[in-house]
Amino acid sequence: MKKVYLDNAASTPILPEVKEAMLPFLGEVFGNPQSLHDWGDQARMAVDEAREKVAGLIGAEAEDIIFTSGGTESNNLAVKGLALARQGQGKHVVVSAIEHFSVLHSARTLEKWGFEITEVPVDKNGAVNPEDVKKSIRKDTALVSIMHANGEIGTIQPIKEIAAITKELKIPFHTDAVATAGTIPVNVNDLGVDALSLAGSQFYGPKGAGALWVRKGVRIMPLLDGGIQEGGRRGGTENVPGIVGLGKAAEIAREQMSKRISTLTPLRDMLLKELPSRIPHIVVTGHLHNRLPGLASFCVEFIEGEAMLMLLNSKGIAVSSGSACTSKALKASHVLLAIRLSHEIAQGSVLFTLGLDNTKEDIEYVLEMMPPIVERLRQMSPLYAKYVKTSQGGK
Amino acid sequence: MPVYNEKVMDHFMNPRNVGEIENPDGIGEEGNPVCGDMMTFYIKVKDNRLEDVKFKTFGCGAAIAVSSMVSEMAKGMTLDEAMKLTPASVADKLEGLPKNKLHCSNLGAQALHEAINNYRSKQQKEVDKPKATKQTHSCPYCEAEIAEAAFPYCESCHLNVEEAKSKD
Repeated sequence: MKKVYLDNAASTPILPEVKEAMLPFLGEVFGNPQSLHDWGDQARMAVDEAREKVAGLIGAEAEDIIFTSGGTESNNLAVKGLALARQGQGKHVVVSAIEHFSVLHSARTLEKWGFEITEVPVDKNGAVNPEDVKKSIRKDTALVSIMHANGEIGTIQPIKEIAAITKELKIPFHTDAVATAGTIPVNVNDLGVDALSLAGSQFYGPKGAGALWVRKGVRIMPLLDGGIQEGGRRGGTENVPGIVGLGKAAEIAREQMSKRISTLTPLRDMLLKELPSRIPHIVVTGHLHNRLPGLASFCVEFIEGEAMLMLLNSKGIAVSSGSACTSKALKASHVLLAIRLSHEIAQGSVLFTLGLDNTKEDIEYVLEMMPPIVERLRQMSPLYAKYVKTSQGGK
Repeated sequence: MPVYNEKVMDHFMNPRNVGEIENPDGIGEEGNPVCGDMMTFYIKVKDNRLEDVKFKTFGCGAAIAVSSMVSEMAKGMTLDEAMKLTPASVADKLEGLPKNKLHCSNLGAQALHEAINNYRSKQQKEVDKPKATKQTHSCPYCEAEIAEAAFPYCESCHLNVEEAKSKD
């Protein structure tokens, strides 16, 4: 059976070059980067080199990179660490309604610690209005955290415009760039942010390896107290193989970025255009154009996402969904509800995230397999039966 | 291990008794799209037995598999037997469901019971609605209904509602 992996937002595959670069550090090169002997030197040099490469991907300086265990830790460290470092000035944090849970739940934890949180809404395309951010900022605002792009609907946020506001008001601005770093051009100085999260598993690097960049001079409170690793901002012996893999993936992403974007975008557009023409009652979620190059997201009416996902899987196609049934907590995606979709429509969420291995044939295969699956589930759906009856009755 | 076992997958991939019955003797509808699943059962009754059972379901793999299993189990049962069909017996027959999908089996049994109640109330105005299978509680956090048998544990929030309320 044909196999088509379209769940790159969950994890990209690891590039063979990345794996090769990591292998020695899972074997003979085992030293601790903090050790003052040859074994330590070898490991430290590899970490330093990776730091340069990750910094290079986002136009930053190597010494401002903090290696972490991935996007979740980077976001936790940023939201909690930046807010706590400024709590003397105020205990108010601004986030958007569609942040990743690692940001939203960190904000919720801050709330328990006495902070106040303002959630800025998004429009029906999933975009934050910078004016709303401006209005939500108060005298005691310690931090603003708005993601660069959302991994469920793909909408890219006006980070530069928001940064202009926070800069004027001298408030630290963190952006969760997990969905964008390594995928589209990300430059910390162009964006004007003060802190930025990224993760290796989003751009063909290993899981368990990410980074937080913090602008020089911006104070941050460590969450993991320990040794002097990462300039004292993140204790714990470095994950050397992961860091080396992250560095290699960053290097390759930088070289190949424009080629990747020009390969992924037409495939994405093919899905965005063709699926709605072949399946009636389907909604594209997120901004139609200002979105991630490899992300095509939909809500299919009258059916539920998990059932769709399972039937697509039976045809060898891997996708994901933001429906309540696919989440462990059985709650519909907060992102889909924030763009004002009803619970009923949000249930039909299906998300295709394309990667470097995908071809036009893959997309054609999806376009062929998907309509009968939708039809099959609709024939089973009492909601569809009701719709058909009322629309016929109306005629 | 995959999320769903082979039995569940079989009923999901090849659901039995999907559809509607024309001029059914009873219809039962349970759930709503907000909580994710909605099931409609149609029954045909002859000599106090379920001669035919069909369903339509909006929901996840578990919801579809449960509906299929309920229809298969109920077909041929007397009405009293079918009223005794429990969520646990459906889940057992499916050789287990993931914890967070057990509520689907509640829904399946309830929808069938609703259909039987609907038939009985049409038959005679005076009907004793079995209270054990009626939902009377709802979760103050997710607003989902909580089955009598599960109360005070909300399966979608994974918490004891009474305990949580006393802490609030």
